[in-house]
Amino acid sequence: MNKPTTSTTIQCYHCGEACIDKTIHIYDKDFCCEGCKLVYEILNQNGMCDYYAISKNPGLSQRIKVRENKFAFLDDEKIIQSLISFKNENQTHITFYLPQMHCSSCLWLLENLHRLNENIISSKVNFTRKEADIIFIHKNISVRKVAELLTSVGYEPYISLNNIHQVKPKFNKSKLYKMGIAGFCFANIMLLSFPEYLGIDTKEQNLITVFRWLSLLLSLPVVLYSASEFYISAWKSIKHKFLNIDAPIVLAVFVTFGRSVFDILTNTGSGYLDSMSGIVFFMLVGRILQDKTYEELSFERDYTSYFPIAVTRMNNHNQETVSLPDIALNDTLLIHNQELIPADGILTRGKALIDYSFVTGESLPVEKEMGEIIYAGGKQIGSNIEMLVIKEVAQSYLTKLWNRDEFKQATNKEERDSFVHFIARFFTWIVLFLSIASALYWWVVNPDKIWAAATAVLIVACPCALLLSNTFTNGNILRILSRNHLYLRNAQKIEEIASINYIVFDKTGTLTTGRYQDISYSGKPLSKSILKKLAALASQSMHPMSRAVAAWTNENGTHLKVTAFEEVTGRGIEAVVEGELITLGSREFVTGSKLPEIESAIYISVEGEVLGKFNFRNQYRDKIPTLIRQLRKKYQVAILSGDNSGEKNYLQELLGINAYILFHQKPEDKLEIIKKLQQEGNRVMMIGDGLNDAGALKQADIGIAVAENTNNFTPASDGILEAAKLHLLNQFIQLSKANKRIVMASFIVSILYNIVGNYFAVQGLLSPMIAAILMPISSISILIITFGFSNLSAWKMKLK
Amino acid sequence: MARQYFNLMSVIILLLIASISVASLFLAAFIWSVKSGQYDDEKSPPMRMLFDDKPNFTTDNNNNLTNNN
Repeated sequence: MNKPTTSTTIQCYHCGEACIDKTIHIYDKDFCCEGCKLVYEILNQNGMCDYYAISKNPGLSQRIKVRENKFAFLDDEKIIQSLISFKNENQTHITFYLPQMHCSSCLWLLENLHRLNENIISSKVNFTRKEADIIFIHKNISVRKVAELLTSVGYEPYISLNNIHQVKPKFNKSKLYKMGIAGFCFANIMLLSFPEYLGIDTKEQNLITVFRWLSLLLSLPVVLYSASEFYISAWKSIKHKFLNIDAPIVLAVFVTFGRSVFDILTNTGSGYLDSMSGIVFFMLVGRILQDKTYEELSFERDYTSYFPIAVTRMNNHNQETVSLPDIALNDTLLIHNQELIPADGILTRGKALIDYSFVTGESLPVEKEMGEIIYAGGKQIGSNIEMLVIKEVAQSYLTKLWNRDEFKQATNKEERDSFVHFIARFFTWIVLFLSIASALYWWVVNPDKIWAAATAVLIVACPCALLLSNTFTNGNILRILSRNHLYLRNAQKIEEIASINYIVFDKTGTLTTGRYQDISYSGKPLSKSILKKLAALASQSMHPMSRAVAAWTNENGTHLKVTAFEEVTGRGIEAVVEGELITLGSREFVTGSKLPEIESAIYISVEGEVLGKFNFRNQYRDKIPTLIRQLRKKYQVAILSGDNSGEKNYLQELLGINAYILFHQKPEDKLEIIKKLQQEGNRVMMIGDGLNDAGALKQADIGIAVAENTNNFTPASDGILEAAKLHLLNQFIQLSKANKRIVMASFIVSILYNIVGNYFAVQGLLSPMIAAILMPISSISILIITFGFSNLSAWKMKLK
Repeated sequence: MARQYFNLMSVIILLLIASISVASLFLAAFIWSVKSGQYDDEKSPPMRMLFDDKPNFTTDNNNNLTNNN
């Protein structure tokens, strides 16, 4: 008794989805809905059917229509001003975020908007950010019209409150310049050093001098510009009385450069400039690889990017647009179907059915009657409602929750607990000790060699191998994770994932899809005619439970006569269908029983005779039971849900008797429980999706937000995971653990090189040539180890 | 013998000059490419280039359309 499946497999020409209820056959093509057909017509009229030639079925389903006046707020001059980036007497430049953009056809269509409307001068797409910069002639077309044009071809711009005070992070190019220059200098210094390594005739002293001075000249940009990255970081850490990994590297760069300048000035050697610039170059490459962040994703979203930019206000029966910050007390707001409630208020008109699943974790919409208080953050489903604002936006329960101090805690937990820095510190002391010891030794034996030996030790033993292996491994692991759709905020998070021992899940939206699709019926068998009548009744209501029942019947009851339909808020529906009274609703509504309801079930009765009940099960995401069983072996697993306890038995069985499984959890409760677990000495990973998890996600040592689509709103978190990949969580954690092992392994290899190098160094015998051979060998072997092992571990874990 | 050696060295100098100038060109090209924003968006240009062959279409929207004004 699963959900009914359809036998038709006609694909929509526009969106590629199966045409379920009806197929529109027109122009020799099939469309699943009116919306898809309309988009096709627009494109066809303008001769832009190339759109369909570039990718197959490139469109997105247009089944859900966008409300006609949705962009009315774009007529408001103040709002326009906050959105546009440039305006002169003729043109306006505006950037729209278009989350629907997904393929090359989209790119093509959006860059050819001018063919749809001649008043659009140009549009340029940034695919990574899913944005389109549109330039248009504002005399002839308004911002609203542009937005509506985009919507008409299936790309509805997403405009949120966040757009008002948005500062876009600029892509930092300075590291790329630094890397380019370091690479250039490194290659040339290397080339200039060859003659001497290969044994140039001492008679060619002039030539040697020229080469040396040229090398020195080329090394200046490296020391003064390219390496500045490391100076800044080292200086910052020293100011905080802490030695990070960059500090010993800066020391090594300075010592190498100083020693080389000294050698060249005194004409005693050519110095180690090639090794130095090579190391700086490789380290910059590693840094860039590691810092390659996902600029299309925002990890710092707050409620402002969830809220709309403007809503409709009723003013003496006239509708007007008001931007969100301007909503005042006692305003009457008109909330349309699928719109968000922006402030706390009292319902004054209409029947509210509010989906709070994102805010509270309740999986079922809440019904409200006139006069009841409705809280901000919920989404209205069904007809339009009016509400009286009783608290300003900034004062509402939701925003207050967000502005609590705990949530504001700086998320950048200090990097000092990183084991790499710990090793680096340890390593630095050993190197300093070794350097001083060899200096002391030579002071006794042969004072001429003090300088040579002591500096050589510092040159050879710089922890750059450690830094290299760390940055390259991190960079590669981040890339592997993102290929598998887990996007981490930065490389530090890998280490934090590896160290956790407690995993806390949210239920609604995280483990489950949040949709009720799993229905099972128990009771007397239902005849075909009853099923038809049931379908007719159930399709009268917008409530997701009756919708689900209507779909379950797999019957079409639209032609049946339904009279005396009545819907009792929060309880059920009844009507006379073809002469028979059918009732569908809660146990109390149908059977009159006063016992408390413990499960998500609705009952059906015909002419007063109770036939049976429909049990609603949360639909769990793919392979969730397997994942939980895997995780249980190594970690403590808990579930904190804002929903009712209907699933308790099932989950308890899955997680084990001792596991925490708590229901009816408010956002604060979740936060407090995470805190409590941490105080007990656990390192907690929180996995959640909604605003109600926001506090817990921040409080946890690592918070991962689960999203159906990474472009959707997610609360601030350390990482974003695509919901379809949640079942790979265990592999992700294991890969993060492998990260540490790989860094350690390559570090041990680099220590071997260090021993060889130091063997020469302490004797004062380190020639530039030995340094020049050791440096690239060690760097390259470390790169091979890190790339090889991290890809191997990913392959073994069956990750992409 | 000495003369031969001298020739070898002058070849090296020549090569060095050549290589440094070529490398400088590459460096300049690299810096230009970073500056002109080629690393800002790595996804759309590879796709955009696929549309070149289509009739009635030029990739450079800006130029194409400012003429139309």
